[in-house]
Amino acid sequence: MQRFAALLDGLLLTPSRNGKLTLIADYLRETPDPDRGWALAALTGAVDFAPVKAGTVRGLMADRVDPVLWALSRDFVGDTAETASLLWPEPEPAPQGQPPTLGEVVTALTAATRANAPTLLASLLDRLDTAGRYALIKFATGALRIGISARLAKVAFAQAFAVSVDAVEEYWHGQSPPYTPLFNWATGAAPPPRTDLLPLFRPFMLAHPLENEVISLTEYVAEWKWDGIRVQLVHVNGVTRVYSRGGDEISASFPEIAGALPFPAVLDGELLVRGNQQGGEAGGAASFNALQQRLGRKTVSRALLTAAPAFVRLYDVLIDNGEDLREQPWTARRARLEALMPRLDPEQFDLSETIAAADMNALAEIRAGARDAAIEGVMLKRRESPYVAGRRTGLWYKWKREPLLIDCVLMYAQRGSGKRSSFYSDFTFGCWDGDPDAGAELLPVGKAYFGFTDEELKLLDRHVRQHTVAKYGPVRETDRSLVFEIAFDSVHVSKRHKSGLAMRFPRISRIRQDKPAHEADRIEALRALVT
Amino acid sequence: MGIRIVPADAWIDPSRAVDRALVTHGHADHARGGHGQIIATPATLAIMAVRYGVADGAVPASYNEPVALGGGVTATFLPAGHVLGSAQILLEYAGERVIVTGDYKRSPDPTCLPFAATPCDLFITEATFGLPVFRHPPIADEIARLLAARAANPERCVLVGAYALGKAQRVIAELRAAGWQEPIYLHGAMEAMCRLYVDQGVPLGDLRPAAGVPKPDLAGAIVVCPPSALNDRWSRRLPDPLTAMASGWMRVRQRARQRGVELPLVISDHADWDELTTTIAEVNPAETWVTHGREEALLRWCELHQRRARALALTGYEDEDD
Repeated sequence: MQRFAALLDGLLLTPSRNGKLTLIADYLRETPDPDRGWALAALTGAVDFAPVKAGTVRGLMADRVDPVLWALSRDFVGDTAETASLLWPEPEPAPQGQPPTLGEVVTALTAATRANAPTLLASLLDRLDTAGRYALIKFATGALRIGISARLAKVAFAQAFAVSVDAVEEYWHGQSPPYTPLFNWATGAAPPPRTDLLPLFRPFMLAHPLENEVISLTEYVAEWKWDGIRVQLVHVNGVTRVYSRGGDEISASFPEIAGALPFPAVLDGELLVRGNQQGGEAGGAASFNALQQRLGRKTVSRALLTAAPAFVRLYDVLIDNGEDLREQPWTARRARLEALMPRLDPEQFDLSETIAAADMNALAEIRAGARDAAIEGVMLKRRESPYVAGRRTGLWYKWKREPLLIDCVLMYAQRGSGKRSSFYSDFTFGCWDGDPDAGAELLPVGKAYFGFTDEELKLLDRHVRQHTVAKYGPVRETDRSLVFEIAFDSVHVSKRHKSGLAMRFPRISRIRQDKPAHEADRIEALRALVT
Repeated sequence: MGIRIVPADAWIDPSRAVDRALVTHGHADHARGGHGQIIATPATLAIMAVRYGVADGAVPASYNEPVALGGGVTATFLPAGHVLGSAQILLEYAGERVIVTGDYKRSPDPTCLPFAATPCDLFITEATFGLPVFRHPPIADEIARLLAARAANPERCVLVGAYALGKAQRVIAELRAAGWQEPIYLHGAMEAMCRLYVDQGVPLGDLRPAAGVPKPDLAGAIVVCPPSALNDRWSRRLPDPLTAMASGWMRVRQRARQRGVELPLVISDHADWDELTTTIAEVNPAETWVTHGREEALLRWCELHQRRARALALTGYEDEDD
């Protein structure tokens, strides 16, 4: 645990990506099994001890620290695990013997029940110093939040043992912590784990945003970028699984899809709900908002299945009847995909059509119409591109339509966490519900916490502190004097918000210190943009 | 803008120029220039002379010797243990005793006299680190981490960000106490204050300006600079500096991260939570006023321990660099 704690602290304080990679790689090489596997699981977000939650930690602290002092400390530090690690009373007398190893922690917590988890966690905390306690709480609650992506951890794994990162991605899925077969393969002690017998997730191929690259449509094919969620369907040995972007299984939320793939294959597509917002009747898909009510459900009612039927618009085929097509060019895979379509139920599957355009100018015109068609934009795929994990330069591009803009007034601010602890960095903003000179009120329309630079963050933090008119716990209400230009992708009707509207991907595009608050936009202006 | 002593028509640590000021210690947010009369310890006056030039109205007040302020008020400067020359000010008036702590700490410091806990009726305490998360570890542990980081990175230099008055000299003195006898290199802004400490009888060993030293010669060296220079253009002259910062705020990881510090050293010249609370208990005043810092938590502690207390909102004090 001490070595893992030192790794976490090192990662937190090392700004450079290379420095982080070296720290993780050194740790993975030098630490024995199973500890290194559990550390890797923690870094990739694969650790979950059901009986230990953030609430367990708060409960332990409530028995040990005055609630007011806890709240003040937590607010200042900006992180529950760190606050608890700092406030944990040192046991008297000091504990004898070695601090627990990661493996020991796992054994203890795996056996934990909801009833004895707090006692167990407390006895482990008693055996650690401040840094160890921080690492233990982060590990046990499964929420590291230290700015390390699963991808970075896998790159570090590849670097540690001089293996290819694509191979790591490939063998990763289907393995579970502490990943002993994976380490055995990487260190040369065993052949790679088999991936063809199980319905495993294969890493998605992703796109770079198109910026200044010059693209010729003889080399690239254009497709619509549908606004749903990217999914992968895997059928092996009579079992079908639906995976989301991150490799999470969502089959249970979409039984009609999971049940509709009758042959062995791995398919890539966009999960959508039937409707006519995206691309009109011909587009056949509802807005993202309609899909949202289907997400995150463990079971789905018959009524919802009827009201919001889902389907997959297919983009690609990775594996067809056991044959891995990923090395083949897009054109060949596309032909195979088209050949598969007659075997699929059109209720649940259709094919993502390519867009016919003579050149990029023509495509730009077609894309400009994407707003009315409520489509996110277009995709550009190199005709010769193999299907590779992640984003590789020059193969696939996404060309999103320009964002919508609206001027809003800052209403409330809350402190951020992590790197932004102590900074007011989560902003709620509103639009006028009428003429501000005739007594109109501001109604909150959204929340944004990115889109600004570190310098601007300091300025915003100062503004909030100097313009606070009221405090509600961690939330500060400001004097409503600052205007933000908010960029967003689309706006939808929502019952959750008082204004009746919800934005998609709102971010602060500019801070309009030059603009008086009463000149900010009104709700009607936003409502007119509803799709 | 400070604490006003009404019957004597004087101020303690005023943030604007006044006719008569009592100054607890030499940090710029407490000791401003331009006052008519300045009453402070000789060391504080010497520090202010370095900063603002020699003041005509300087009145030295030795530790533990009462000064009559007029209007029936007597002031006695008591050691505060914060930095060289730092003082608490004991005010006596009509049989009542008030102590203004200024900034203080209780942990040992080879560069100044230790805090003298003194009974009083009203105790006006600082609360810079007034949250229970702040527990400063023994400084020897932090110095050992600094030396270990240096030894582990022979090609780099360790650049320590430390407040130019007090913190820098304390870190240097503690490095010497830990056996580090090599030259220690200084940012230009540190030089005058280090010289003053040496003149006042605080030995700091071999100190050299970092300016003009060829880059390779600084590999494996320890360089001390003000916190503002840590990630500034100035540090580009150094060989791949490993940035350290000596500050009580370094106790919180994200604060270290926000400052881009690789080696956070939890070294503070302020009282930590335990020192703040045990000092209140030890001094045992009838009433406590809590000022500049995190008042709320210390007030809560007083409430939990059935002690009369209130917040005293003073503006203009900044301790973010401590």
